[in-house]
Amino acid sequence: MARIDIRDVTKFYGKTQVVHGVDFTINDGEFVVILGPSGCGKSTLLRMIAGLEEISGGTIAIAGDVVNDREPRERGCAMVFQNYALYPHMSVAENIAYGLKVAGVPKAERLVRVQAVAKTVGLDEFLERKPGQLSGGQRQRVAMARAMIKEPKVFLFDEPLSNLDAKLRVQMRIEIRKLHQRLKATSVFVTHDQVEAMTLADRLVVMNKGVIEQIGAPKDVYDRPASVFVAAFIGAPGLNLLPATISSDGHSLALADGQLLGIETARYPALKPGPVTLGLRAEALNIRPDRQAARQGSLKAVFDFAEELGVGQHIHADIAGSPVVIHVDGRHPYSSGDRLSIGVSPRDLQLFDSMTGLRIAEVDAPVPSMTHEHLFALDALA
Amino acid sequence: MVERTPILNILTHLILLTGLIMLLVPLWIVFVASTHDFRTVNTVPMTLWPGNQMIENYTLAWNQSGFGPKMLNSFIVAIGVTAGKIAIAAISAFSIVYFNYRFRSLFFWLIFITLMLPLEVRIVPTYAVAANVLRPYQEIADFVGISSLLNTVAGIRLALPEWSMLNSYTGLILPLIATATGTFLYRQFYLTVPDELAEAAKMDGAGPLRFFWDVLLPLSKTNMAALGTIMFVYAWNQYLWPLLIVTDITNYGTAVMQLQRIVPGPLFGEPPRWHIAMAGTLMVMTPPLLVVIFMQRWFVRGLVSTDK
Repeated sequence: MARIDIRDVTKFYGKTQVVHGVDFTINDGEFVVILGPSGCGKSTLLRMIAGLEEISGGTIAIAGDVVNDREPRERGCAMVFQNYALYPHMSVAENIAYGLKVAGVPKAERLVRVQAVAKTVGLDEFLERKPGQLSGGQRQRVAMARAMIKEPKVFLFDEPLSNLDAKLRVQMRIEIRKLHQRLKATSVFVTHDQVEAMTLADRLVVMNKGVIEQIGAPKDVYDRPASVFVAAFIGAPGLNLLPATISSDGHSLALADGQLLGIETARYPALKPGPVTLGLRAEALNIRPDRQAARQGSLKAVFDFAEELGVGQHIHADIAGSPVVIHVDGRHPYSSGDRLSIGVSPRDLQLFDSMTGLRIAEVDAPVPSMTHEHLFALDALA
Repeated sequence: MVERTPILNILTHLILLTGLIMLLVPLWIVFVASTHDFRTVNTVPMTLWPGNQMIENYTLAWNQSGFGPKMLNSFIVAIGVTAGKIAIAAISAFSIVYFNYRFRSLFFWLIFITLMLPLEVRIVPTYAVAANVLRPYQEIADFVGISSLLNTVAGIRLALPEWSMLNSYTGLILPLIATATGTFLYRQFYLTVPDELAEAAKMDGAGPLRFFWDVLLPLSKTNMAALGTIMFVYAWNQYLWPLLIVTDITNYGTAVMQLQRIVPGPLFGEPPRWHIAMAGTLMVMTPPLLVVIFMQRWFVRGLVSTDK
């Protein structure tokens, strides 16, 4: 068990910089998920922690020791790879025990430990098989067992679930979570799948283009994304983003087609008149019966199509020229071109600076809580 | 794909059959010649049907030409060359693929272009080195002035000992084990091994040589079989190099060298005894043939693709 301190870490490949000064701490026993689109530098960061990639600048310390110049084996990390990276010519037992064999652990002890670990991941019947004779999920378990047997200070996961089919992925996700609850080892998990990230993480690190966009508990990142990038990336679907303008008195906001929405001015002390980006969660929107269309807090929309989710529907509509997704629980009999009236509460408005993309600071914001339905909706999409 | 081209099919088979016959007829003639007596073999035109002298011819060839010890020599040389080639190829390709150092690709291309140079091109310098292995170093020392420096400063005359590889197994094997083909084959194989495997081994604490020994070599078994087969045949059939380097034929002569001495030669004298020569040829041909037959399955797999 160990704390990982990442201090101002940078990475260059030749002249191209892929990680720009990343700085955060992973606490002892914490499960941190690094989330970001492909090419954002998240895997590079993980590989720098593992020692598979040189650190160009800054320091990484594991349990207080700066490990920049240490070999991977001296760092006390174990890693699970995306394509499992099992040794194809060795049996499951040999694969799991290989690290111990290299470390010179006597054969008798190896056997005992392999048995024990294999049992925890449910592989005890397959110890004699070769990786080629196993299913994807079983191979994944072998990879996990291989990491576990070394009793590492830190577990590193490099997109370990992305080669599995959807159902198995959900199952393995739960197993990883349970495993972490039992072992309480510091874990770093890299993924581009935001559902995986939300469900696994104690703390979420969202990266984009080699920079950390936001660090926080999954719920906080979901409810209060720090930037337009995070807003669009987190959640299924991501936050609806519409261009808007704050009126000169600061009390209302106009969409591109002139529709007005009132805002709680007191919440945004730093708000200035001018262009902003308005963010609306699909779950914060609801479709109102037509006669209430004129009421304050309603937006006019044109129905486009509906996506069936099983637990509800995603209504795709157009508001002021921008595509918007609305989550509804029931089923709605609209057809393309129908006019809708969309209700939205002023406290669900999220405002972002249209230039920098950063969230406009709020005070005392009563955060809308994420309900169980929403989590299920996320799962259903996975 | 369904193809219905009966005429084309027949034509293709005819072409294949012609090729096969063209390849087999000379071998058949060799066989037929080895079963007749001296007189029948030398009649024109020669008969194309086997005679009844087979056992006599083969026993005579075996006994009088001393193929037993020669074949043993050939085996030692062929196995030595094959093992050496595989070892050198595997480790040099390992260096080229898995390590990042300056001029890495230059070294690879230097190895690669030697593919285009046959042994015969470098045979004279190679012979000179084999005759006195340390001579190049002596020459370099003399040339850059180390020798004269030592002489003036310490009063020592630098004279490296003479180490000759002529008339030895080392001489027959060592100069032949560098192999561009093998290095290339191994490089291609290593490139198909996923990088994560090397990284997983690193995480497991295995150093480069441990990874090479525990993971890469076992994975390259089919590759090894293919390379081994080709190289065994190549080494067994070496003719020019042993002929040059071995003067002590009694102790170090190989089977192929011995064939050359049958006709026309010191073993059976004049006039040339072709039926005995042909019997000898077939006997010398047998070991590489058996190796190819036994290794065929692995051989094809190793050349076509990697074992999944």
